[in-house]
Amino acid sequence: MAAFLARRLLGTSTSSSSALMSSARAFSSSTTPIKATLFPGDGIGPEIAESFKQVFTAADVAIDWDEHYVSTEVDPRTNSFLTWESLQSVLDNKVGLKGPMATPIGKGHRSLNLTLRKELNLYANVRPCYSLPGYKTRYDDVDLITIRENTEGEYSGLEHQVVKGVVESIKIITRKASMRVAEYAFLYAKTHGRKKVSAIHKANIMQKTDGLFLQCCDEVAEKYPEIEYEKVVIDNCCMMLVKNPALFDVLVMPNLYGDIISDLCAGLVGGLGLTPSCNIGEDGIALAEAVHGSAPDIAGKNLANPTALLLSGVMMLRHLKLNKQAEQIHSAIINTIAEGKYRTADLGGTSTTTEFTKAICDHL
Amino acid sequence: MSPRSLTLLKNLARNSNASSSCIQTRSVTYMPRPGDGSPRAVTLIPGDGIGPLVTNAVEQVMEAMHAPIYFEKYDVHGEMSRVPAEVMESIRKNKVCLKGGLKTPVGGGVSSLNVQLRKELDLFASLVNCFNLPGLPTKHENVDIVVIRENTEGEYAGLEHEVVPGVVESLKVITKFCSERIAKYAFEYAYLNNRKKVTAVHKANIMKLADGLFLESCREVAKKYPGITYNEIIVDNCCMQLVAKPEQFDVMVTPNLYGNLVANTAAGIAGGTGVMPGGNVGADHAVFEQGASAGNVGKDKIVRENKANPVALLLSSAMMLRHLQFPSFADRLETAVKRVISEGNCRTKDLGGQSTTQQVVDAVIANLE
Repeated sequence: MAAFLARRLLGTSTSSSSALMSSARAFSSSTTPIKATLFPGDGIGPEIAESFKQVFTAADVAIDWDEHYVSTEVDPRTNSFLTWESLQSVLDNKVGLKGPMATPIGKGHRSLNLTLRKELNLYANVRPCYSLPGYKTRYDDVDLITIRENTEGEYSGLEHQVVKGVVESIKIITRKASMRVAEYAFLYAKTHGRKKVSAIHKANIMQKTDGLFLQCCDEVAEKYPEIEYEKVVIDNCCMMLVKNPALFDVLVMPNLYGDIISDLCAGLVGGLGLTPSCNIGEDGIALAEAVHGSAPDIAGKNLANPTALLLSGVMMLRHLKLNKQAEQIHSAIINTIAEGKYRTADLGGTSTTTEFTKAICDHL
Repeated sequence: MSPRSLTLLKNLARNSNASSSCIQTRSVTYMPRPGDGSPRAVTLIPGDGIGPLVTNAVEQVMEAMHAPIYFEKYDVHGEMSRVPAEVMESIRKNKVCLKGGLKTPVGGGVSSLNVQLRKELDLFASLVNCFNLPGLPTKHENVDIVVIRENTEGEYAGLEHEVVPGVVESLKVITKFCSERIAKYAFEYAYLNNRKKVTAVHKANIMKLADGLFLESCREVAKKYPGITYNEIIVDNCCMQLVAKPEQFDVMVTPNLYGNLVANTAAGIAGGTGVMPGGNVGADHAVFEQGASAGNVGKDKIVRENKANPVALLLSSAMMLRHLQFPSFADRLETAVKRVISEGNCRTKDLGGQSTTQQVVDAVIANLE
């Protein structure tokens, strides 16, 4: 306890400048705790955030959590329920973890997730989908990563009614955003030892927009001759994914296709309750998030599955280059699920959140 | 063994034999009008890639059955800038067309001829029937989904322009008119085919106005069919559910792009796009083709080795025969195809076999009653 306090004190006194922060992170010193923002979220969010903190403390991960909650009224500075302070916190810490946030449908303010993405310029959403050993689904050999452009495309939110009964929605593709996500995809593939990148598109129909996206992917692909590159039309991709997911490795796509394909892939491995994801922003910002919903019906009942949040946390650790601890926690989670003794209800078991968490801590 | 258990065993054996060797045929007791048997003209567009192979398969089978249709064949290729006027003439005259896939050059500046055809003839509904074929093992059971997709507007409006260099816009157009008529078609289809549930697929939490308008139209039409259950599902959740629990879906109605994805996903889980039938229908015309669009032109290797799967187009041509009011021919064709699939020794590469297209055709012809 005293050592922990000492570490915290040391951390705050030496972390006055951000330059020092980043160098501390680069050397992954375990004596200076890294500051990270945590959004527990709504519904089951707080419970799984608790569970997450337990596991990370048990694994000796020296991270200082800066917790922020969604407020109950719209902050005029951000035009959403997320406060300016929350956003600043992530911008300062550069690393964060987010639980599920409920978006009230159609109330005229920006969706919370969209706000985070736009304000923090989170341009790529990375979702690794791999079959969990020991948890059997219809597909056993899934091992792919979906990288989705996160800022523009069909989700630009630009719609208007032309005349009564005729609505237009504008899809925007820019060279800048497409290059950015393509660069990240190939860089990710290279640093994680992946062999192939597939660009998913519908350029036979949307020739200029998806055509531009493809062009950017083509250009980046030329810089990485050692990585295999292919272009797949989205309908083909959907079909191939459900017939033989082993054909794909890294997938890079514009916003809408990415949304659909990443959820499809999550379905292949067991659902959103098990899928981690990480949003990458400019200047090395990384916001890991659990992509499942807030599940208000099981909130507070100690039934929630914290796996998605935990695996997202692991992704965050890897981004921070704390690979050893990431591996530790990752193996603990995989082993607990593979063993089958402690599984939450959504995986077909009867354990509570706390029992599952304890099992993971024991496996560390 | 007691005589009673012996008879029980015999009954069991007879029943199991009957169900494995005989795919249910429907006895047709419909009364045609005098003159209904005169041959009907159908426009045939072989298309590109595997198109000529599979349309030829249909021609052969139709010959063998002596079906009362004759084909008017026209050569159309994906690189042409427009569908030739004479072909459009022919389809307008015959009202029914069967076609193979037309290859659209990617990013090439030529707009897709498949889409052009649908828009010009106003074939506003695209229908794909995705179902498990008996005898064909897949990872998902109990799949029987019909995807009805709006075919003329939405993301396929083709309205794109470069705002400034490096920034491109594409307009997705949704109108009440088109959304209403596709919703009406979907519910009517469900009603006429004894389907219990219609699910609308959308992304209205993000595209509030566009998909919101689509949903509004669906909800209005749903009120007129109180006997049919109606629900809505967001497209990303829909794809996930399709992979996890496809049996929950029955008829699905979707705007253009989502329909493409959902149809191909559903086709993939039920056995692949090589076997799913479908077509496009409008108020005045109908064009039948392979149901889901993925792989409808196929790869060069399949063309060279003649290993394209003709099943999808054969089943679509059976749909066409029913559309032309020749149900007994349709039944015979479908029964033969299903029998060949369930027997399992004559399957093309996409179904895990090694047969060529011609071998499958011969097997189907041999199985015609």
